Amino acid sequence: MSMIKTKDLTFEYIRRDEEGNVEGITKAVDDVNLNIRQGEFITILGHNGSGKSTLAKHLNAILYPTEGTVWVDGKDTAEDEYLWDIRQSAGMVFQNPDNQIIGQVVEEDVGFGPENMGVPTKEIWERVEESLKAVGMYEYRKHSPNKLSGGQKQRVSIAGVIAMHPKCIILDEPTAMLDPKGRKEVIRAVRALNDVEKVTVILITHYMEEAIYSDRVFVMDAGRIVMQGTPQQVFSQVEQLKELRLDVPQATLLAYELKKAGLPLEDGILSKEGLVEALCRL
Amino acid sequence: MPIIVHHLVHEYGTDTKLNTLALDDINLVIPDGQFLGLIGHTGSGKTTLIQHLDALLTPKSGTVYLDGEDIFEKDYDRRKLRSSVGLVFQYPEHQLFETTVFADVCFGPKNLGLDKKEAELRAYDALKLVGLEDEVFYQSPFDLSGGQKRRVAIAGVLAMQPKVLILDEPTAGLDPKGRDEILDCISALHQKKDMTVILVSHSMEDVAKYVERIIVMNKGKVFLDGTPKEVFAHYKELEEIGLAAPEVTYIMHELAAKGMAVDTGATTLEEAKASILAAMKSRGHI
Repeated sequence: MSMIKTKDLTFEYIRRDEEGNVEGITKAVDDVNLNIRQGEFITILGHNGSGKSTLAKHLNAILYPTEGTVWVDGKDTAEDEYLWDIRQSAGMVFQNPDNQIIGQVVEEDVGFGPENMGVPTKEIWERVEESLKAVGMYEYRKHSPNKLSGGQKQRVSIAGVIAMHPKCIILDEPTAMLDPKGRKEVIRAVRALNDVEKVTVILITHYMEEAIYSDRVFVMDAGRIVMQGTPQQVFSQVEQLKELRLDVPQATLLAYELKKAGLPLEDGILSKEGLVEALCRL
Repeated sequence: MPIIVHHLVHEYGTDTKLNTLALDDINLVIPDGQFLGLIGHTGSGKTTLIQHLDALLTPKSGTVYLDGEDIFEKDYDRRKLRSSVGLVFQYPEHQLFETTVFADVCFGPKNLGLDKKEAELRAYDALKLVGLEDEVFYQSPFDLSGGQKRRVAIAGVLAMQPKVLILDEPTAGLDPKGRDEILDCISALHQKKDMTVILVSHSMEDVAKYVERIIVMNKGKVFLDGTPKEVFAHYKELEEIGLAAPEVTYIMHELAAKGMAVDTGATTLEEAKASILAAMKSRGHI
C-alpha cells in the first residue's frame, strides 16, 4: 500500500531583486518521482541546499508543487479539503527542539496535538501516555520541558507528533543540534516507532551512520533524486557519495580503505560489527 | 598569549531557588598556539566556560589571566580583549546582517575604530583565509549556501585579527563536505597564523582528527584532560557521561577482543587502517 507518492514533482522559487523584479527561477525540487510504502523506513541524504527540506515540506502540505502531484495516503495535497487529513496522517519533526515545544509540562505539550484535533479528553490522556512510553519519556511526563536535555526535548516533540496517530512521520534533521547520546536516543526512538508501531518513517539527516537502519536510502542533488537503493547499495558507492559532498559511515569508510589496500572485503559493510566479523572471517 | 583559568566558578540564578553551579573550580593552562578540543554533553558547561574567556560572563569567583593580566580587573581593556580573543558562536550565520558579504566582514574591524582602508584590507584578508572567492564578496550573504555563510561569519571574527580563536560547534547542521571544509580551514589557520584555537564539538571523530589536546567537561568540572589518545583510552568512562570514543576506536577494541594484534589506541581512520593492515600482514593475508 502506498503511503506517499509523488509524480513529476517540481517546485520553483522565484528570486526577486530589491525592487521586486523577477531575477530568475530556482528549481528546488526537480521532477521527483517517489513511491513510499506503508511501514517503510526511508532516509533522505543530500548536501546543504540539495532540496531535501523542500521535498519534505511537500509531504505534509506545507508547500505545494509548482508542477506534478503529491499524494499522501491516496489524497492529493493540492486539494484544500484534504489539508487536515494530510496533516494528521503525515506528522513532521524539525531540527530545533526549542522551536517545537509549547507546553509548560511535558504531558501538556504532547496533548496539544490531539486536543486540537478534538479528541475526547479521556482518549487524549491515553494517547499522551502511550506516546510518551513509545519514546521512553513517560517518567518525565510531569517535568518542565525547559529542564530536559536536547535529546529528551526532541523525543517529546516526536511524542507530540505520534499522539496524533499519524501513519507517517517526517523528521528533518532531528539530531543536528544534539550531542552523541541525544542522537542515539532519538534514533532509537524512531527505529522503535517503525519496528513496533509500523509507522512509516522519512528521516532527513547529515549523519551517515543514522541511515544504515533504513529500508531504502534516497540521495538528492540539485533537487533531483540521484541515487537510491538499500543502505548497502548506496554506501558501496563511496567515490560517488564524496562527489555529492556526502560521506559514508566510519566503518564503511575503513572497510573501503582496507579493501583498496588489498584486503579481500566485500562492498557495503555498514556497521562496526559487520566489519569486525568480516575481518575475523579472513 | 597563554590563557590561565584560575579556580573559575560560575553560578546561574544566584540568590534564587534555581541556582545551579555551571562551572565548578576550573583550572587550566592553555599555552600559545595550541589546538584544543572541548567536549562534553549538552549542559556540561562548555559554552559557559568559553564565554568567560571573552569576558561575556563574569565569574562568581576565580578569574582568567590572558598574557598575565586578569581580564576581570575593573580597568582591564575589554575592547582589546574582544579583538584578541575571537569568539564564533553556534550558528554564527544567524548574525550576518549586512547587504554584502564584504560589508558584513568589515563591520568588526570598523568597530575596533580602524579607518576604512585598514578595515577593508583586513576584511579582504579574512575572506581569503576562509577560502571564499572574489565573486561572492559583493553578493548578499543570504544568497550563499550554509557552509559559505558560516565561513563569512568566521571571516567576520578573523578580520579582528584575534590571537585566540574560539569556535562553538562550528560544523553543526552542515553536510559532511561542509564539515570537512570548515575544519580544514580552521586547521590551516592554526598552522599559518600560529593561532590558539579552541574547538567545541560534539563529533568525536573531528576532535580525534584535528586537535592536539582534549578537555572533557562534565557537570561543570574538567573530567579528563590529555591528548586524543589518552582521553579516548577512557572510552568506558566517556560513555557514562554521555559521550563516546570515535567509531574506529570501538572497532579496534572489538578486533583485539577477538585476538587480533591491533593497536587499541588508534583514534583516526588512518591509524586504524595502518594497524589493521600490519596485523593482517603478520597473519599472511596480504
